[in-house]
Amino acid sequence: MSILDSKIPEGPLAEKWNKHKSNIKVVSPANKRKLEVIVVGTGLGGASAAASLAELGYKVKAFCYQDSPRRAHSIAAQGGINAAKNYQNDNDSVFRLFYDTIKGGDYRAREANVYRLAEVSPNIIDQCVAQGVPFGREYGGLLDNRSFGGVLVSRTFYARGQTGQQLLLGAYQALNRQISKGNVEMYSRHEMLDVVKIDGKARGIIARDLVSGEIKRFGAHAVVVATGGYGNVFFLSTNAMGSNGSAAWQCYKKGAMMSNPCFVQIHPTCIPVHGDQQSKLTLMSESLRNDGRVWVPKKNEDAEKLRKGEIGPNDIPEDDRDFYLERRYPSYGNLVPRDVASRAAKERCDAGFGVNAEGKAVYLDFKYAIERLGKDVIKARYGNLFQMYEKITDVDPYKEPMMIYPAIHYSMGGTWVDYNLMTTVPGLYSIGEANFSDHGANRLGASALMQGLADGYFVLPYTIGDYLADEILTPKADTNALEFEEAEKAVTGRIEKLFNIKGSKPVDYFHKKLGHVMWDYVGMSRNAEGLKKAIEMIKEIREEFWKDVKIPGELNNLNPELEKAGRVADFLDIGELMAHDALDRNESCGGHFREESVTEDGEAKRDDEQFTYVSCWEFNGEGKEPVLHKEDLVFENVKLTQRSYK
Amino acid sequence: MADKILKKLNIKVWRQNNAQDKGRFETYTIENISTGSSFLEMLDILNNNLIEEGKDPIAFDHDCREGICGTCSLFINGRAHGPDTEVTTCQLHMRKFKDGETITIEPWRAAAFPVIKDLVVDRTAFEKILQAGGYISVNTGGVPDANAIPISHEDAEESMDAASCIGCGACVAACKNSSAMLFVSAKVAHLAKLPQGKVEAKSRARKMVAKMDELGFGGCTNTGACEVECPKSISITNIARLNREYLTARFSE
Repeated sequence: MSILDSKIPEGPLAEKWNKHKSNIKVVSPANKRKLEVIVVGTGLGGASAAASLAELGYKVKAFCYQDSPRRAHSIAAQGGINAAKNYQNDNDSVFRLFYDTIKGGDYRAREANVYRLAEVSPNIIDQCVAQGVPFGREYGGLLDNRSFGGVLVSRTFYARGQTGQQLLLGAYQALNRQISKGNVEMYSRHEMLDVVKIDGKARGIIARDLVSGEIKRFGAHAVVVATGGYGNVFFLSTNAMGSNGSAAWQCYKKGAMMSNPCFVQIHPTCIPVHGDQQSKLTLMSESLRNDGRVWVPKKNEDAEKLRKGEIGPNDIPEDDRDFYLERRYPSYGNLVPRDVASRAAKERCDAGFGVNAEGKAVYLDFKYAIERLGKDVIKARYGNLFQMYEKITDVDPYKEPMMIYPAIHYSMGGTWVDYNLMTTVPGLYSIGEANFSDHGANRLGASALMQGLADGYFVLPYTIGDYLADEILTPKADTNALEFEEAEKAVTGRIEKLFNIKGSKPVDYFHKKLGHVMWDYVGMSRNAEGLKKAIEMIKEIREEFWKDVKIPGELNNLNPELEKAGRVADFLDIGELMAHDALDRNESCGGHFREESVTEDGEAKRDDEQFTYVSCWEFNGEGKEPVLHKEDLVFENVKLTQRSYK
Repeated sequence: MADKILKKLNIKVWRQNNAQDKGRFETYTIENISTGSSFLEMLDILNNNLIEEGKDPIAFDHDCREGICGTCSLFINGRAHGPDTEVTTCQLHMRKFKDGETITIEPWRAAAFPVIKDLVVDRTAFEKILQAGGYISVNTGGVPDANAIPISHEDAEESMDAASCIGCGACVAACKNSSAMLFVSAKVAHLAKLPQGKVEAKSRARKMVAKMDELGFGGCTNTGACEVECPKSISITNIARLNREYLTARFSE
């Protein structure tokens, strides 16, 4: 199908971006003042884009559901941000960062986009330092670097275990500066509920003021969606409670295609679920696997005693411990990539070796590192993470191993975009985690922050000009136009419909039920039978939801249950699309593991012949099967190989 | 260590339908809460019970639930973020409470943070203070190489200590004068400690303090309550630094 034009520039990989920049149109300063851009979401992508566009002279309106742009979930990223600075003189380069990202993504990302990401990465670090981001430094005053999983060089910049926080505060400060200058109108506690198209182009949004309940219309010449991922479809994830897929889903319903929705990252080191009262999962940074050893007991009877609390981990002798990552993957050991580590933990727990009451946890043990390096060194490296762990679990990880288990963390899939980051709807852009473009089937650690800021600071501000240059004669969007009226009516209608169901069960009941189906059948291990079952089960939950959900409170007041209901209604649809996508992709790649596609020794097996494409799903009407289009991935600069970590 | 069950708790909580409503305390009972659950998970359960009983659930702010976004607030048993140290409310766990206990929950109380509903307050005043000057005036692009200006390890660490502020407002809620000095000083110190931020340090301090005063925050009388309740252990030595920047700024006017 030719409706997907990725607009990848011709020419050698290393020259594509520069060449493209010189070919695309530029808008004059006088005209920029007349052009309005809406940016939805204020995480790293949204905040950096809104600030940069406003600096250029565009009139920007920015939106977030939180009470402040600073609270977007980028704030929670811990470990660091990658950049090809080669400050360590360890032979890092733009090409090496590009190659690691393509390989880490299991060859399911676009070469040209990934190369550009690596190319602009050094500028990000320069920009952040200029803004006052207090990165970790050497005693000589220069920037320090860390190593991260899946790579052989040190290219990760960090600000303690709070890198996301510091980068977001940098972008937020830039945003605040533009707000104070009147170049950005900031709408906090506002949630986008629809995108409005006029003459086929994105011309505005419908948003709900979460405090007053008022439904409002906002017009612009272009709309940028930077609303993150949809991991909360699983109910339990490391995402914030409010993180949702609704803005992206409304774009999908208005014609923006969704790509690779089945690619979600499951992070191996999270604090395990306890009982049935849990609301969210907390990540323990990947960096811990540098010094922690992962194990479970060798004997089933020991695991059983651990689960009953009859013995503790320190009662199990050395010889009875199964360091299964070191056993299965001797060359990478505890530092295998996230997808591999997650599957291995699940395999042990499914075989009956899980160590907590629920049987769904493995140990991450620092005893050996403490013996080797001393407690002080471990404390200096991981003190804040150990404190966080102890506050949550009441267990001192200096004395007893941490218990960890995989959890849903990041969405590699997302809205389809071309090289300019524009979706299949003209004038509608998608940046950061919300789009699909850079991480393939598995994202490397410390690359999400890099992508969000690359898109917002250095890609979108250029590429959006190419579109807006043709819009300089287009008048301001008329929010009284029929299209706005109809969109508002549809939004109001849906809210009233939800509110008037007045059933018997709270929103969480349905969300948890969906989460269980997703985790069991569309989670770490998938097969055709289970996926078909999941699609049927989700349909049943959806039917029950629209008959029996109970939303208390008022429409015209702060109403968190109403907000949740709208998001869960969309999660039900997103979950179903994920299952369709996972069913279509009968290969194992990255975070997507199909039981039908494994090697003889049980490892993931890619099928390049059949599946070297980006799946692109087109909305085909309510209650109808979506239509699959394919963008073939062409690799001109790397050779596709089966990943091995043995 | 091992989780226990709190059979019954009394939750005495502030209810206020909107900014105009007078507000009042109401008490609910809740049963069978695991000591391994977080405080906000306990509120989730209480809310789902209320919904099933046909009552309006309690509105409270929360988002990341891992102590970093700064959204959650709550004054619990007379303390900002409750009876634990160096945690936000979302990191507080039920093992800190006893079976049968009455737990009192209030919103942040400060003139500059009006109540929106129940336990949710409006912290826009913090936004306005930061918009008044809490940044370094650089545009995207055209900046020098990140290693062009060396910064000592110590300065970077001190800057980071101050930059750890999550903007939750506990300092204001804990202060008998509802002063925002710890919040303002954290941003001023974060930027002033770095050569990039030093250029505008004085005007930044002056503008942010002026905005803080304008928005109805009280004055600082050095009681130190803010530092005690700060979930990120932001030190009041930052306030001394702010005063220094502010005074030299005024002096040089």
